[in-house]
Amino acid sequence: MADSSPIVERLLSGDRRALARIVTLIENGAPEARPILAQLHAHGGRAHVVGFTGSPGAGKSTLVTAVARELRARGQRVAIVAVDPTSPFTGGAILGDRIRMMELAGDPNVFIRSMASRGSLGGLAASTRDVVRALDAAGFDTVIVETVGAGQAEVEIVRAAQTVVVVTVPGMGDDIQAIKAGILEIADVFVVNKADRPGADQTAAELRMLLSLDERRKEREWRVPIVKTSAASGQGVPELVDRLAAHLKFLQTSGQLAARGERQARSEMLALLHQALLAKIEATVGPEEWQGLIAEVVERATDPYTAAETIAARIGLAPALGSWE
Amino acid sequence: MADSRKLRVLVAKPGLDGHDRGAKVIARALRDAGMEVIYTGIRQTPQMIVEAAIQEDVDAILMSILSGAHMAIFPKVMELLKENGVDDVLVMAGGILPDEDLPAIKGMGIQGNFGPGTPMSAIIDYVRSHVSPARLSQPLGPVSKAGAAIESPAGGAEPGQAAQ
Repeated sequence: MADSSPIVERLLSGDRRALARIVTLIENGAPEARPILAQLHAHGGRAHVVGFTGSPGAGKSTLVTAVARELRARGQRVAIVAVDPTSPFTGGAILGDRIRMMELAGDPNVFIRSMASRGSLGGLAASTRDVVRALDAAGFDTVIVETVGAGQAEVEIVRAAQTVVVVTVPGMGDDIQAIKAGILEIADVFVVNKADRPGADQTAAELRMLLSLDERRKEREWRVPIVKTSAASGQGVPELVDRLAAHLKFLQTSGQLAARGERQARSEMLALLHQALLAKIEATVGPEEWQGLIAEVVERATDPYTAAETIAARIGLAPALGSWE
Repeated sequence: MADSRKLRVLVAKPGLDGHDRGAKVIARALRDAGMEVIYTGIRQTPQMIVEAAIQEDVDAILMSILSGAHMAIFPKVMELLKENGVDDVLVMAGGILPDEDLPAIKGMGIQGNFGPGTPMSAIIDYVRSHVSPARLSQPLGPVSKAGAAIESPAGGAEPGQAAQ
């Protein structure tokens, strides 16, 4: 604590502007963000991180708002990160999730941040996990991450959240067929939203059937619940919040939370080491040497393995690669 | 950095009129100019606008208003920004703002010359050239100084930017 920079102290004391500015630094990959993130880590690990994903128009934002309202009624402090797509053509984005979240405005125990995906596929932005880290450190009990409207492959949320909610709606029978491959497997909780519409029971039954076909289901100790909600009227929302809490409890008692944390720490450290290694190589090997080696490989004067070893040797890594021979 | 430092702007529709076509067109144009636009929707109170601006840490706030309530709403927005120590955000307004009100609006610190017929490029250029240079050049910015309405946990003003 004594080593925390002033802006981190401010975040920890509940200063929303400091939190907002830190999120901006993280989003922009600013060099100032790195020591801040390092300090924030010690203060995190308390929030329940819940991801909401599903097709565009499934009602994710409205549902997230209803869930946040219910969590508030239960005395929790809630942060929401809402990710919307960046235009691949202009690099700009319209972030409109706040429109649906208007009723949460004015509550000092709710913090909403819109993020553009900035070219990342997978339904999140590259920095979403670190933004969650800041919100966690700021003391929010639940951090909700709402992904870009997702199809089959946007499963990045698994790496950012502890509990993943997949939102679908009635009348999309074929759509369920489509999502079963990708998104079906990541759900910890299923929601059939807009359940006041006809076909909700049928959709829930289809989901139940698909889940029962899941081969790996028997290995899992958690039985994926299917909750019917109408986010607009609030129907089913308390039950959904109960299920979220039950899943967290399950993660804690089964030891899966710890396992998840371990996996996440390992992958984060490997990613950072990867970055550090590349930076070191870039700093040691000049662009001409690079270009020269690349040309030699292309001309088959040498091979990529030998060329990589040459570079590794330049940064002192030769013994580690010796075993390749 | 220049490339990764995207401008974030809030497009808000204060007051009780629901005519947000103009605001949406502007939001779209700013997006097409490569900015990240947080669009709040209609019927925003000054509190909601300022709160959104703080949470989203925007570089600029653009308000569109056609109801005639601007002389009631704008001062409140500026007051709340000041109360919260937000002094580095560009504030602009458009919609139906009578000429005779423009000097008063400008006096509040709002550039209000963006009424009907304003070319999109004028709005985009204005945002680009008037966003506070301090926000762009000092990432920790004024937030790291003691803000007016912000209790410092250290119990007082901190010296300048946070040392890194």
